[in-house]
Formats: sequence, C-alpha cells, structure tokens
Amino acid sequence: MPALLEVDNLHTQFDTSAGTVRAVDGIAYTVDEGETVGIVGESGCGKSVGALSILRLIPDPPGRIASGSIRFDGQDLLALSDADIRAVRGGQIAMVFQEPMTSLNPVLTIGQQLCEGMQLHLKIGADAAQARAVELLDMVGISEAARRLQQYPHHLSGGMRQRVMIALALSCKPKLIIADEPTTALDVTIQAQILELMRDLTQRFGVALIIITHNLGVVARYAQRVNVMYAGKIVESGTATDIYHRPVHPYTLGLLRSIPRMDRPRGERLIPINGQPPDLTQEITGCAYRPRCGFATDQCARETPKLETVATGHATACFEKAQLERLLKVAS
Amino acid sequence: MRKYILKRLLLVIPTLFGAAALVFIMLRLIPGDICEIRMSGDGGYFDQRALDQCREDSGTNLPMMTQFINFIWGLMRFDFGTSMWTGQPVLTEIALRFELSLQVAIMATIIGVIIAIPLGTISAVKQNTWIDYVVRAFSIAGIATPSFWLGILIILGLLMSTQYVLGTPWMPPITYKPIWEAPLYNLSMLIWPTVATGYRYSAVVTRMTRSALLEVLREDYVRTARAKGLWEKVIIRKHALKNALLPVVTIVGMEFAFLMGGLAVTEQVFNLNGVGKLFVDSVLNNDYTMTQSLVMLVVMIFVMVNFLVDICYAWMDPRIRYS
Repeated sequence: MPALLEVDNLHTQFDTSAGTVRAVDGIAYTVDEGETVGIVGESGCGKSVGALSILRLIPDPPGRIASGSIRFDGQDLLALSDADIRAVRGGQIAMVFQEPMTSLNPVLTIGQQLCEGMQLHLKIGADAAQARAVELLDMVGISEAARRLQQYPHHLSGGMRQRVMIALALSCKPKLIIADEPTTALDVTIQAQILELMRDLTQRFGVALIIITHNLGVVARYAQRVNVMYAGKIVESGTATDIYHRPVHPYTLGLLRSIPRMDRPRGERLIPINGQPPDLTQEITGCAYRPRCGFATDQCARETPKLETVATGHATACFEKAQLERLLKVAS
Repeated sequence: MRKYILKRLLLVIPTLFGAAALVFIMLRLIPGDICEIRMSGDGGYFDQRALDQCREDSGTNLPMMTQFINFIWGLMRFDFGTSMWTGQPVLTEIALRFELSLQVAIMATIIGVIIAIPLGTISAVKQNTWIDYVVRAFSIAGIATPSFWLGILIILGLLMSTQYVLGTPWMPPITYKPIWEAPLYNLSMLIWPTVATGYRYSAVVTRMTRSALLEVLREDYVRTARAKGLWEKVIIRKHALKNALLPVVTIVGMEFAFLMGGLAVTEQVFNLNGVGKLFVDSVLNNDYTMTQSLVMLVVMIFVMVNFLVDICYAWMDPRIRYS
C-alpha cells in the first residue's frame, strides 16, 4: 500500500536580495496512514518551510517550490489547480501553527472561525456546523463550549487557543494534520497537555500527524518515526528508538548530548554543538555539518553524503557512520 | 459599552475648554483689533473718540478676564454673540455657509471612500504588479497635487472643453442653492470642488488601505485562513479587511474634519461662500467673536468625528469593546 504522503526531492527556495536561500534542499520522506512522524531540527533548518510547502502556503514571491514532488492520497499536490489545492487545505490536510496567540483572527468569534471551514469542506449548513463546533470544543477539553463559540480569541488563554486550533484542524475530518511547533509558545505544563490531546485525538480518528519541533523529547515520546533536518536536508531518519538510542549522525548525537536527560548521571556535563548553522544563501559543497563536526574527514569537504540505510528503516547521511556505530557499541 | 461612551463624552469638556482658552489668547496676541482695522480702512487717519466708541460697542475695552468669562459663559449657553464685523448673529452667518461646506465634505468623503477602499485593496492584493504601480502613481499624484491647483485646472478644462463642444464656454453656477431645492443646479455647482478635494482624499485613503492591508496579509491568522482552504476573496473580505480598515477609519475621520474647516483656498478658487472663506475673512478682520466661534465649531467637529471613529473602532474590534 502506498504511503499517505510521499515527499520526494523537495526543493523550496526564497529569492532575497542576499541571494537565493535554499531553505529546503532535496528532502524526501513518507507518512503512512494514522502514523505520527516527527521532523526535528534547529531554527532555520527548513522544517517549517518544508511543512508549508506541502499545502503550497509558501508566500510567493519571494518563495517558490523549485522542484520535487509531493504525493498525497494519490494526488500530486504540486500539480493541482488552485481550486483543487484549496479543497485539500483544511479538508484533507489541516495545520496547527506555532503561535496560538496570533493564529486566530482577533475580530471574528471562535464560532465563526470554526464553522466557516466546515461549511465549505463538509458542505453542511450553519446550524449543523454550529452543533459540530460545540462537539469539537468539548472534545478538545474546552468547558462551556456553546458559550465559547460567541467569544473572541482574546477571551482565551494561549493553551485554550491552541485547543481551538486543534479543534479547527480536526473539524473537517482530515487524513493528515501538520503541527508546526504546536507547543513552542506554551508553558511547559500546558505543552504536555496539548501533546497528549493531539496524540489521543489523532489515534481516535486515525489521523496521521506530522509534528515539527526542535524538541527531541517531544519527538521521542509522541512520534513513531523521526526525520532529523540540518541546513535544508534530512540527515538522519529512523524510528524514535533508533534516533534516541542509536543515532548514527554526528548532528543527532550532538543534539542528544546537548540536552539534559533523566537516564544519564546527574553530574554529567552537557556538550553544546559549537559554531553556527551555515549561510543558506551560499552553495554548500560537501557536508553542511562538516565545520561543526568532530568526525569530519577530507571526503566530507569534497562530497555531499546521501541518506544511506544502516538498518531496516534507519538511514543516515554521513560518511563516518561505521565509526559512529562502533562508538555506540563501545558505549553500550 | 455605555460606560465607555459616557467616559468619552466627559473627556470632551476639558478638550473644549482648552481649545477655547487657546483661541482666545492667540487672537488677543495678534496686534491691532477690529476697530483699528475698520477705521483705518481709507487712509490711516481716524478719530480717537470714534475708536473708543467702537471699542465700547464691541466690548473689546473690557478687561481680558471679563471678556474671557463672557465668552465661556456664552459658549455654555450656546450663545455665540454677534459678528463684530457684520453685526449679524454669528450662528446665522455660519449657518449660511455651513450647509455648503458640509455638503462638499460629505460628497468628497463618499467619493474618496468609494474609490479608495477598492483601489487600495486591489493594489495590496496585486502588490508589485502593473495594477499596483498604476494605483500607486495615481495616489502619489493625488497627494502631491494641491486641491486648489487641481481646481484651477478643472475650471480651465471645463471652459475650454465646453467652448470647443458647445461653441460658448460654460461655467458652473456661483450662487448656492440647497440640493433639495435644485438638485441638478446644486450638483453642477458643487461636483467640481468635490472632485478637486476628493482626489487628494481618496489618494490618502488608498495609500492607507494598501499599507494596512499589506501588513494584515502577513499576519498569522491570514495564513490560518489560507490553510483552511478558504477562497482568496473570502480571506480578503472577511479575515483581512476587517482588521485592515481600523486605521483607515481614523484617516477618513481626520480628513473629513479637515474638510469642514480647511478648504479656504479651494473655496476661493471656485468662488464658494463656505466656512473656509468665512474663516479667512474673520481672521483678516480680527473679528474676535466670529473667529472664536469658528474655531470652536471646528474643534467640536474634530471631537465629534474622533468620538464617532472611536465608536467605530469599538464596533469593529472586539478587543477594544471590552477593555
């Protein structure tokens, strides 16, 4: 059975006065039906741009999808007409954005914002949409749902607004939800609630989920498969266990060593990744991570490593993967 | 909401009082008074006794404080006194001109807004296309062109084109008749100054609409609306314009208030007997009562328009409504 979403060799670029920014530089991944996939990387690595590209929401100009293909449920999303991509947006693929404080329109009521999509995609009347909106708000754990429909976003806290965004995403029964840093702007306690809620609801309705985050902890807990991105490319992909316990890319390893972990000795020092991510307006020869990498060799400067399988479902884009694997064995 | 309106209304009182004090002081700082101006009309020699008599009649011989108290007391009773120049009640003089100025201001606002909001919207949506460039050129030209100069061009254009087409030049009528008495006659007279001032008006509003909408279109909630799969038209109308029109309403209000008292030169060009012309005449004549009353009128209009704008804001933006 083909995957629900197949992103292949996607290139998204931005034309700026400083040159062309290759924000997404040939990424490929798949998402199966009902599956949760994590996309991890630091700020500016192209993970959000990659997600917005799926729904063709990149502001054009300056952005454009230069090449690649995105297949979703048997359709080529990049070839769809404007009317057809609108049917996909919200109807088959929904998004939850990072900033709940600004993602809802301040001058429209919660009800108006929830119902307009349903009336469009589910082709139901205003009353039916209203009734479903109440159900949805109930489902995402908002009390007094009927009254909330009349309220405006500024009446709700950040966590509540993100719940509304989740209700909005689920409202038209999509097959895939893309959550772009859904909890970054929230308090830690609220973060866990929101993530639990998203997991429960996506499981209940069999909706596939892409979680985009810079938080490895979130990914380990909620995603079945993980793609690690660096400088517009996927550098490692595998199951959450692979990535967390058997990383075979120096960047993934670096990320893991730079965050505190409950399963490590308390006194252990964190090791930051030195340096800065590369300037994406410049053409990068060789491995983009090389300047910050402790394993780099001459080959890394000459050639660009490609994603290669190291075990079933686990791939890495590193020439020194054998050395890393050896090290891991020694450590365990 | 009711409390909000009440609060706003109470704030009007100190504003009016401050304006009254300012205009009173500023007028007295201008050298010479109405009697000197009236008597020195032909040749510069005048009789001291006649001058004293005149000052007594007009009340300018009283101590400043007494004059001020009389002025404020009059304001509080809506008694604006008589014009020192014509001897007619101030209100009669103003009423004569107010109708004309109000009509021009309202028509210019309607023309301005009807043209400007669609133009600004199209220009923002089609940013950096030829449509946008044309609209921007149109609005820059509108801001750069003085209304009175455009007025002169319009009159010239009218004369020359009617001369060419009809054989005899046609001029718009110059005596005012209210629109409900002679609608066609009235419009044929006032449409030209309306166009002359409305062009600048629409240019200002177009630019404001464009830049406000461009800003709003970059907001996260517009992206959310797009991600919902809504039609672009719905996104602009329902999600973007409602937010973008807030600053536009302010500009529309300010421009309207400005038109009500600031059309002195344009009125001169079209030979209209409006509030602006009355303003200039009364200042030149040092007609204290008239100038003071006119300033208070303009202040009142500004205060009222601002108040209406605020109400509009609260109506359009729920965040203001409840704070």
